[in-house]
Amino acid sequence: MAMNYNAKDEVDGGPQCPPGGTAKNRRPDNTAFKQQRLPAWQPILTAGTVLPTFFIIGLIFIPIGIGIFVTSNNIREIEGNVFMYYGLSNFYQNHRRYVKSRDDSQLNGDSSALLNPSKECEPYRRNEDKPIAPCGAIANSMFNDTLELFLVGNESYPTPIPLKKKGIAWWTDKNVKFRNPSGGESLKERFKGTTKPVNWVKPVYMLDSEPDNNGFINEDFIVWMRTAALPTFRKLYRLIERKSDLHPTLPAGRYYLNITYNYPVHSFDGRKRMILSTISWMGGKNPFLGIAYIAIGSISFLLGVVLLVINHKYRNSSNTADITI
Amino acid sequence: LQANSRELNSTFGYPNNTIKTSRYSVFNFLPLNLFEQFQRLANAYFLILLFLQLIPQISPLAWYTTVIPLMVVLSITAVKDAIDDVKRHQNDNHVNNRSVLVVMNGRIKEDKWMNIQVGDIIKLKNNQPVTADVLLLSSSEPYGLTYIETAELDGETNLKVKQSISVTSNLEDNLGLLSSFDGKVRCESPNNKLDKFTGILTFKGKNYTLDHDKLLLRGCIIRNTDWCYGLVIYTGPDTKLMQNCGKSTFKRTHMDHLLNVLVLWIFLFLGGMCFILAIGHGIWENKKGYYFQDFLPWEEFVSSSVVSAILTFWSYFIILNTMVPISLYVSVEIIRLGNSFYINWDRKMYYAPKNTPAQARTTTLNEELGQVKYVFSDKTGTLTQNIMIFNKCSINGIIYGYGYDKNGQRVEVSEVKKVDFSYNKLADPKFSFYDNTLVEAMKKGDHWVHLFFLSLSLCHTVMSEEKVEGKLVYQAQSPDEGALVTAARNFGFVFRSRTSETIMVVEMGETKVYQLLAILDFSAVRKRMSVIVRTPEDRVMLFCKGADTILCQLLHPSCRSLRDVTMEHLDDFAFEGLRTLMVAYREVDNAFYQAWSKKHSEACLSLENREDKISDVYREMEKDLMLLGATAIEDKLQDGVPETITTLNKAKIKIWVLTGDKQETAVNIAYACNIFEEEMDGIFIVEGKNDETVRQELRLARKKMKPESLLESDPVNTYLNTKPQMPFRIPEEVPNGNYGLIINGYSLAYALEGNLELELLRTVCMCKGVICCRMTPLQKAQVVELMKRYKEVVTLAIGDGANDVSMIKAAHIGIGITGQEGMQAMLNSDYAISQFCYLQRLLLVHGRWSYNRMCKFLSYFFYKNFAFTLMHFWYAFFSGFSAQTVYDTWFITFYNLVYTSLPVLSLSLFDQDVNETWSLRFPELYDPGQHNLYFNKKEFVKCLVRGIYSSFVLFFIPMRTIHNSVHSDGKEISDYQSFSLLVQTALLCVVTVQIALDTTYWTLISHIFTWGSLGFYFCILFLLYSDGLCLMFPNVFQFLGVARNTLNLPQMWLIIILSVVLCILPVIGYRFLKPLFWPADVDKIMNRIHLWTRHPLLPPTQTKLRHTRPRRSSYAFSHKQGFGALITSGKTMKDKVFKKNSFSFKK
Repeated sequence: MAMNYNAKDEVDGGPQCPPGGTAKNRRPDNTAFKQQRLPAWQPILTAGTVLPTFFIIGLIFIPIGIGIFVTSNNIREIEGNVFMYYGLSNFYQNHRRYVKSRDDSQLNGDSSALLNPSKECEPYRRNEDKPIAPCGAIANSMFNDTLELFLVGNESYPTPIPLKKKGIAWWTDKNVKFRNPSGGESLKERFKGTTKPVNWVKPVYMLDSEPDNNGFINEDFIVWMRTAALPTFRKLYRLIERKSDLHPTLPAGRYYLNITYNYPVHSFDGRKRMILSTISWMGGKNPFLGIAYIAIGSISFLLGVVLLVINHKYRNSSNTADITI
Repeated sequence: LQANSRELNSTFGYPNNTIKTSRYSVFNFLPLNLFEQFQRLANAYFLILLFLQLIPQISPLAWYTTVIPLMVVLSITAVKDAIDDVKRHQNDNHVNNRSVLVVMNGRIKEDKWMNIQVGDIIKLKNNQPVTADVLLLSSSEPYGLTYIETAELDGETNLKVKQSISVTSNLEDNLGLLSSFDGKVRCESPNNKLDKFTGILTFKGKNYTLDHDKLLLRGCIIRNTDWCYGLVIYTGPDTKLMQNCGKSTFKRTHMDHLLNVLVLWIFLFLGGMCFILAIGHGIWENKKGYYFQDFLPWEEFVSSSVVSAILTFWSYFIILNTMVPISLYVSVEIIRLGNSFYINWDRKMYYAPKNTPAQARTTTLNEELGQVKYVFSDKTGTLTQNIMIFNKCSINGIIYGYGYDKNGQRVEVSEVKKVDFSYNKLADPKFSFYDNTLVEAMKKGDHWVHLFFLSLSLCHTVMSEEKVEGKLVYQAQSPDEGALVTAARNFGFVFRSRTSETIMVVEMGETKVYQLLAILDFSAVRKRMSVIVRTPEDRVMLFCKGADTILCQLLHPSCRSLRDVTMEHLDDFAFEGLRTLMVAYREVDNAFYQAWSKKHSEACLSLENREDKISDVYREMEKDLMLLGATAIEDKLQDGVPETITTLNKAKIKIWVLTGDKQETAVNIAYACNIFEEEMDGIFIVEGKNDETVRQELRLARKKMKPESLLESDPVNTYLNTKPQMPFRIPEEVPNGNYGLIINGYSLAYALEGNLELELLRTVCMCKGVICCRMTPLQKAQVVELMKRYKEVVTLAIGDGANDVSMIKAAHIGIGITGQEGMQAMLNSDYAISQFCYLQRLLLVHGRWSYNRMCKFLSYFFYKNFAFTLMHFWYAFFSGFSAQTVYDTWFITFYNLVYTSLPVLSLSLFDQDVNETWSLRFPELYDPGQHNLYFNKKEFVKCLVRGIYSSFVLFFIPMRTIHNSVHSDGKEISDYQSFSLLVQTALLCVVTVQIALDTTYWTLISHIFTWGSLGFYFCILFLLYSDGLCLMFPNVFQFLGVARNTLNLPQMWLIIILSVVLCILPVIGYRFLKPLFWPADVDKIMNRIHLWTRHPLLPPTQTKLRHTRPRRSSYAFSHKQGFGALITSGKTMKDKVFKKNSFSFKK
């Protein structure tokens, strides 16, 4: 993009004044912009600004870190709503080919995409000449174990704990991003002409009995479709709502977890977990952030002290050596 | 070709006279421009990437991530090229549509330039530019002479004369004859040699040889000639002018080379990373992916993990391509363009008297202006104004020209009133003189004074032009002569006009005609010139002026005492650095003259040893001269030159003067403008006439400057003894004091030969100031080339004349002074300024800023792209090396193009570490640029390390935080899309804070650009993740609702704050500690400046320059041979011409 004016415009080239002298004045404009005199603020890194920065960061970070740490560690007592998660490890939901193997148009209820899914879904695009709904590897590998929780009381019959299966997906996903295809009366009719994913037992329109939790807007499905960022992840499975303020949500006692085992993880050395947790203002239990804040706050403070000492020592020596210009 | 026969000539297929400097037309613009752009390596690379991305099996990114930036980049370049080309089109059209008079079938017709064809006969009038390369046929002047000015071709503004061959000059302006003229011309094929032409004209069965004296070249301007006719020989692209242009070499800066090297490094680094990741992928697929096939089967064509790994290599190659950012080159160009505009806009480099602002003609070299180490300067017209001013004179032993106050004390001339020349109507109003005594002597009718000025008004080769009555314009061969004649004119001896036989002089209002008998012209050997005239009183007088050394020996013994007095005066003049001439006369016996004249014409006609014989004859005449006096002419320095040079010296810029002028003058000027100083420890003169002496002189000089450099043990010697391969560099050597060196062109010719080159270079580079005199233009370029070859330094050449063009082109940066000597230098320069003193501003202010900005830009740019790209590397370890991107594809598309481009631009267009006053006050601040301290390979590695660190922090902090973490309503946040958003937002905050830290000059625009871009990011985020857009294209915009769900997380903001602090603290710490541990001079100065800006107690005071001049003699005579020969030739040809005329009458 070099500008090299090769073209020599012969006689009238160049900034020659015509002999008449009435040439237009070529004096550049006297604007602050053109003369590079725009008013400006010129901050300088000096001991006066740097050292306090370190101390202030230290002083602010340590309390924040302690606060976070304490909050995080307090998530123990089972009070308030309790959330039930399933966890998978060594499961690469973030693999490139896995992540892209979906058709958002289809999931959004687009009728043409329903019958003709995107190529990205290969090899779970068609099965026996019928389009798969929902297509793709993500949907195909949906977690399909069933978890049930029972309180083993004094009686011989364990009481099942009511698990709420709605309200576990993002509102935007449930209401905007995922939609059942339009058309026919029953959900089955709307999915006419499609077939179920290979690994699935039931077709998509039979995921749940309730109509607002069935088909593409089944929340278990939506949660699964929001792929995890890391190979070890947990996903919200059920909510255990607190019934009243008087009783703890899950009173102390013996519990019994019934797992209907459908989902194979042994082949790839995966692990399954079930997690019950409460929530604080900043989410679930994760001490990392608190520790990080405390650590960095302390380091910053320490560095501040070190810099102060160094500055004191060197500044004097460099000031005495006078600058000869 | 044959004159007046278009049909015949058209069979040869000559081009027509249209010139075309434009490169594109409307139709071929797109394909041609694209083709040219893809020839650039970087663009081609991205095109290949684009094709790679079209393969779905390996492409991890959507095609638009590369296409959109590439389109933007290409279109910016294309628009710029288009604008340039439109300008060229306009210029072309303007030139092509000029009208010219053509002789057609006995009539004169007006036609456009572009319609002129080979063989046409055209009529040119005074002051018209020549249309094409034209064979001169006839003109209004006698003997078919035509005067032209060739400023456009070779930069010389003086008049040149062309003469038609006699057979055609007889055609005169007879249209009938002209249109029936059917001469045939055979000539050489078009070439670019301006001073060569051979051809044969066949007319009426006779052959006449043609040479370049008969040819009027396109681009010349007709002067002093009412009309002339010419036969078109070369047209359009065949003309010598067009053949000469367009081959300008493309200059690249050191930074460009460095960038190329770095890009290569990045490629290697990139390849290495891709390789590691591909191996990782192979292992992963083997150990895990193979067993994960229940959920994610391999693709059909993937037979083993090895195949998969190979594909992944290319996938990562695509993902990590942002290491070499597509916008790097475009941004660099934009920044340079912006900084060039600042140069054009600078009012402090605008020269009001000429109405010329500084002009950055090349926009690719800006940062190099901040790295200059050597300045090669022309003298005449660059350091000096090339204006000679008649300053003082000594007439008959009395010195004139000093100003005296009432008490008779000499005072500075500026304090005295100018002499009033109102008594003389023909006086030049611009002339000024300060000593009234001379005018009084003049008015009193002092015989000697009158004779003195009479001789000045007669003894010269100036041509006069009187367009308006009483307004004389002199065309002088050298400015010295012009000054002398103008002085005579003002004092009352007005040279009014001349023919080849007479000179008309108005003596104190009384017109007298002197018969010009002979001109004994100047030559470099004779160093004098004389005229012989016959006065109206019928006395034969010889007037002579010349260098005093020569003239002294020719004086009549009777004026010995006067000579001694005058010599004293000459010493005085020289003391002041004036150029001096001696003036003498001789009255010649009529008979003696007749005898001499006969000898003279014999000598002229002799075939052998004509030169010698003529000079013998001359010598016979120029003897027993009576001394009249001496003149002193001031070679005026340009304003502010000494100050500028002192400042540049302080900035450790070495200034060499390369001049064609002679040694005394050059040295004189060197002292006058502080290149040499009195306090120097020694000045060496190299003037050996052969290899061995030159070597000895050089070694002697080096021995004095740095004795140990001659020892075998010296590191440079041991290095050279190893016979390093070319190209090798000679390191800088430090001498033990300040030295100067003078070398003349003759010795330089030896010194530049193979084995002495290094000797010369090492010696010369240790000197503070170097004067090379008597240089040919080629040698000027050779010296520059030598420097470029062995030294890792930036050279700058500055000059104003055609003889400087080679050096301007050879140097890294060429600067043209738009001054006295035409446009040639300016047209070949990279920067054009109108005064030498603007150089300090150009280098110390604009150059320094450009360099600093470019370095800051590059450091930051590489850093931000490393931080951005390396994130993928870390993520690979957690995503099965599957080439999954960390970010949303749209973020990748917009990161360089939208989110971070404006802050970078504001940094690199507005940043100033110190303002212009300080950069001029402390030239030492220029030092880091010369050693390229702010951006080199080391700095680049620092950027890389910083980028790796930042990406590490930016990846692992969010990763650890969101691992198993959930939203406050229990919904998980560790999904891929939220993670992407988190990481990219944190990244953008970090790089924004980083640039905020780099910015030292916060204008309003910087604030808007920097913080505005961050705000803009969030706006775009909500747009891209909005319901509407995502529902319209669900498969393109997949991140529906992520912004809303994630940005309200407290973790999100805690992570961002943490990442920013963690990335920035080490940088602040490092920057704080660096000047403490490794203090550079620059840091100390900066400290002082900061101290002063906060406590403005010490106002900066400009140190006054000392004006002490030692006693130096400079008897200069800056004269070239030229016009004299022309006038005389007109005269000696008289007889022949008469014969021819009579011959034609007979016919």
